[in-house]
Amino acid sequence: MRRGQASSIFSVIALLSSCTGPQTAFDAAGVEAQRVLALFWVLLTGAVAIWLLVIGLSYYATKGDPAKHSEKTGLRLIIWGGCVFPTVVLAALLFWGLKMMPELRRPADGPTIAVAGERFWWRVAYDVDGDPGAVRNLPQGGVPSANEIWIPVNKRSEILLGSPDVIHSFWVPSLAGKMDAIPGRVNRLILEPTELGIFNGACAEFCGTAHAQMGLRVVVASEEDFARYVRAQAEPAAVDESVGLSLFLQNGCGGCHSVRGTPADGDVGPDLTHVASRRTIAAGLLPMTEENLAAFIAAPDHLKPGVEMPAFGVLPDAEIEQISEWLGSLE
Amino acid sequence: MQIFGKTQDNLWTLIAAPTIWAFHFLFCYFLAAYQCAPNADPFTRIGGTRLAIGVVTVVCLVLIGLIVRRSWREWRVDGGGTRNNQDTPEARERFLEFSTLLLAGLSFTAVIFETMPVLLIGDCR
Repeated sequence: MRRGQASSIFSVIALLSSCTGPQTAFDAAGVEAQRVLALFWVLLTGAVAIWLLVIGLSYYATKGDPAKHSEKTGLRLIIWGGCVFPTVVLAALLFWGLKMMPELRRPADGPTIAVAGERFWWRVAYDVDGDPGAVRNLPQGGVPSANEIWIPVNKRSEILLGSPDVIHSFWVPSLAGKMDAIPGRVNRLILEPTELGIFNGACAEFCGTAHAQMGLRVVVASEEDFARYVRAQAEPAAVDESVGLSLFLQNGCGGCHSVRGTPADGDVGPDLTHVASRRTIAAGLLPMTEENLAAFIAAPDHLKPGVEMPAFGVLPDAEIEQISEWLGSLE
Repeated sequence: MQIFGKTQDNLWTLIAAPTIWAFHFLFCYFLAAYQCAPNADPFTRIGGTRLAIGVVTVVCLVLIGLIVRRSWREWRVDGGGTRNNQDTPEARERFLEFSTLLLAGLSFTAVIFETMPVLLIGDCR
């Protein structure tokens, strides 16, 4: 086998492997993603069939003997094949797509969750009361969290999207299409998952240096688990008088981060009240471990270029370890 | 100047139908955006907007239909024909008539396509 052949086979296998997993529209686990996937397969099949037909015709026109047909036959082919057929096909596709749209966007019967895209993480608030609209900001209050969104299975959850800085786009490929998060505007997206599981989401609109590291996790749980989770998130942190907490406060971490139940009530960065209950840190970037927390505290910019959090590498390693150990206990 | 005792086609007759199509597109776009851009109440019915678009659509389709009828007649006077490679006033005229007919057909279809959303979607969601 030649090297070129081997590498092209390898690339095809590599591409196919992206057709399954927690972050692909090919592995649909939500109503909208399933409908869009069906549309995609129909479009792809149709496009391949039409492509083969056109290539076949052009082959016949150049290599065959098209002159044996009358001009009238040719004209008929142009009218039916070039005008009537595409018009009917496009009209049918348009009808199908338009019929789908209002159905996918009908009112929610699940929770309303506010999600703000911020450079470069996702601010989440459960149990909010608000509406979409222009010249409007996301509703305040609710149960705060970050970078991990829980939603109940087989329910239509309404995600209200906004942003305090630049335009982001919220995309969980396995569940639904994209929706922009625009400053001064509240957009609405319906997520209706049909399977339990954990799915990856991403920012799909370039928003700055760490745009590629602005991920999130969506946990699809049963209704009971969802309710239990939100209740737990609403509770203050289970704090004790540990050294980690006093170091956290001494070094000014509370100026930007909130840990409810402690004097830390900053609102610039993610709420850390139950940070250890999340699966990842730094917006889906690294698994939640105390080592990763320590590495992020020491050099956030190294892991996430452009992040607003300053590096705390000047602190002694032992202190960083104590802070991350304490954060790692906040479940 | 009259050729063959009928109206002479020119660039204006050629672009009349696409101009109506463009007007229809902008009208629908602006009206729907005016109604829905605030995004505040996506489930309120927008019957007035749909009716206005419907009325304008009918007017546009009738106008384009008249252009189709006229260009078809003009083109058929000399028996039609689609050969446009001669350097004569007749060929030029035939080319303009046939192009007008095709463009008018395209515009007619496009106006129907542009109207399909108001037939299937009753609010701003």
